Amino acid sequence: MADLGTAGVALALFGGAIRASTPFLFVSLGECLTELSGRINLGLEGTLVAGAMSAYGVSLLSGSPWLGVLAAAGTGALLGALHAGLCSLARVNDIAVGIALMVLGTGLAFFFGKPLIQPRAPMLPALHFCVGCHFAPLRAALDINPLFLIGVALAFLLRWGLANTRPGLVLRTVGDSSDAARAMGYAPRLVRLWATMAGGSLAGIGGAFLSLYYPGSWNEGLSSGQGLIAVALVIFARWRPLACLFASLLFGAAGALGPALQSIGVHQGSYLFYAAPYALTLAIMIATSSRRHTLAGAPGELSVTR
Amino acid sequence: MPAGMMSALALRLGAWPRARRRVIGRLAEAWLLPILALGAALLLFGGFVAASGADPADAAALIWRGAFGTWFSWQNTLQKASPLLLTGLAMALPARAGLMVIGGEGALVLGGLACAVIGASLAGWGESASAALFAQATMLAGGMAAGALWLMIPGALRQWRGVNETISSLLLNTIAIAVMNQLVEGPLRDPASLNKPSTPPLSPALMLGHVPGLSVHVGLAFGLVLCLGAGVLMQHTRFGFSAGVNSGNPRAALMVGIGVGRLVLIACALAGACAGLAGAVEVAAVQGSATASLAAGYGYSGILVAFLARHNPFAIIPVAILLGGIEASDGLLQRHLDLPDATVAVLQGFVFVAVLAAETFSGRLSQWFGARHG
Repeated sequence: MADLGTAGVALALFGGAIRASTPFLFVSLGECLTELSGRINLGLEGTLVAGAMSAYGVSLLSGSPWLGVLAAAGTGALLGALHAGLCSLARVNDIAVGIALMVLGTGLAFFFGKPLIQPRAPMLPALHFCVGCHFAPLRAALDINPLFLIGVALAFLLRWGLANTRPGLVLRTVGDSSDAARAMGYAPRLVRLWATMAGGSLAGIGGAFLSLYYPGSWNEGLSSGQGLIAVALVIFARWRPLACLFASLLFGAAGALGPALQSIGVHQGSYLFYAAPYALTLAIMIATSSRRHTLAGAPGELSVTR
Repeated sequence: MPAGMMSALALRLGAWPRARRRVIGRLAEAWLLPILALGAALLLFGGFVAASGADPADAAALIWRGAFGTWFSWQNTLQKASPLLLTGLAMALPARAGLMVIGGEGALVLGGLACAVIGASLAGWGESASAALFAQATMLAGGMAAGALWLMIPGALRQWRGVNETISSLLLNTIAIAVMNQLVEGPLRDPASLNKPSTPPLSPALMLGHVPGLSVHVGLAFGLVLCLGAGVLMQHTRFGFSAGVNSGNPRAALMVGIGVGRLVLIACALAGACAGLAGAVEVAAVQGSATASLAAGYGYSGILVAFLARHNPFAIIPVAILLGGIEASDGLLQRHLDLPDATVAVLQGFVFVAVLAAETFSGRLSQWFGARHG
């Protein structure tokens, strides 16, 4: 691809960004929902890995990758319910519970996933947007996975639903003030349970993308910490679903920049490109915090902003 | 415990003076609660093992044998516990001052990297014993300094910009690991390391030795001494008392004239030094060079060690040994019951979840002992 120069890099970056951003998109939308209800889930890494494993296993057994995606969502919802249940107990720290569920989720995934490393499961199909074109790099860049499109639609749906529907408003009320929600007759614990389960199932689908599309296999090194760092994307996006989409594309593109540049012989710096958005998130936090408040725009009940 | 037994116990306790009852309540809370939680986790795990077709009694016996059954397994356990002692402190010390810093992983990685770089540049010092000792001290001090400076960042950002320290330290973990990978694959790479990029290996004369009489590296001694020292610092000095005031009520700490900024920075620096030392020991006693495998999750395990120990440095010692024992038993489980190596991670997960959930009963036991029939 060296003869293509910058055009080749741009195409590789485009395709790579979409591929790399899909798991980011699902975990960040999930974490965004959970945090909007006033609770932080640091355990999405475990959910992501457990989702990847169950998606691969179910796809292998049933022959249908979409059933696998469904299974990943179910696994994620279960882990989310466990997180919500534990956190609703008095004096139980949500940060510690998150890290504990990260250990438990990855442990369970590696335990049940041991026999899945060898066999090949049916993969999710790619959608070919470049019908009839023969230019290979362009075709590769326009082979888009359906989960990405679903994630994009979901981001718009959440943006609309959080602002215009009853469940969306209840969720945000609970996230901003438990007392106000209680006074209006809503049960914050129940709302947080639903929000954490929904967030977990989205993170599980993010894992299904890893095992059923790209890289498209099951092994213990599958995740590169996308679940752990979902929190950073949500802060970057300031708890707005559409901004989560752009944050995911940015973080994905930063990760894809190193491999794309390698095609024209630049081999240095891929780790730094990958880390740049995290440094940028930190810089934004420093710029927008002050001694009086931390993280402007955050839900009022979120423990990390108090 | 059946209700009848409870009330009989309460009746007998009722005759005791209130102060003694309160002490018993506190003891029950400190020991009974974690032990019950541990039992619940083991029961869960037994069910899990049975469901996957192995005999839970066999598994329990194997875990015991692999963790504490023989002198050999004890040494293995202590070896696995030693990084957890240090990364546990890295979480617990700022927590005692009211900060949830989860940056142990990043500080560990940079401490290991600093140690490897210093060690490589002092390679010639291995020739005489005294010079080697000096070089080792410099390597460890360099690792501690790197970790300390790194974790002072979230402390300072918290204190002077109001940036949430949990999130910033999580971000700093990712950044530290990326910096380490970049340096190890780029400017600091040993040209001889082909498949797995690493820094140049330390000269054997600079590698750390064992604790006398054991086949466990000296990191264990560092961890134990630092846990004891930190326990004394936190429970018997003015610094520890001020930290407790700040964690309980930051406004009160300011009101009574505690230098909160200095306090927070020192707590974070001590925490970072502990994690950095863990990384330095990992390089200078185990791996011999800095590689990507420095980020093995010890920092994250340390967070849970600290929570299980309720951020009490003395209690970190038994908790780390317990978790080290669970990790040390994985080989036996694999060989004898043909269970996957992740089995011990599942057991650890159950233990973490059960002990954290049991925290919700804290305060209720001592209340029950103290308030009833009083």
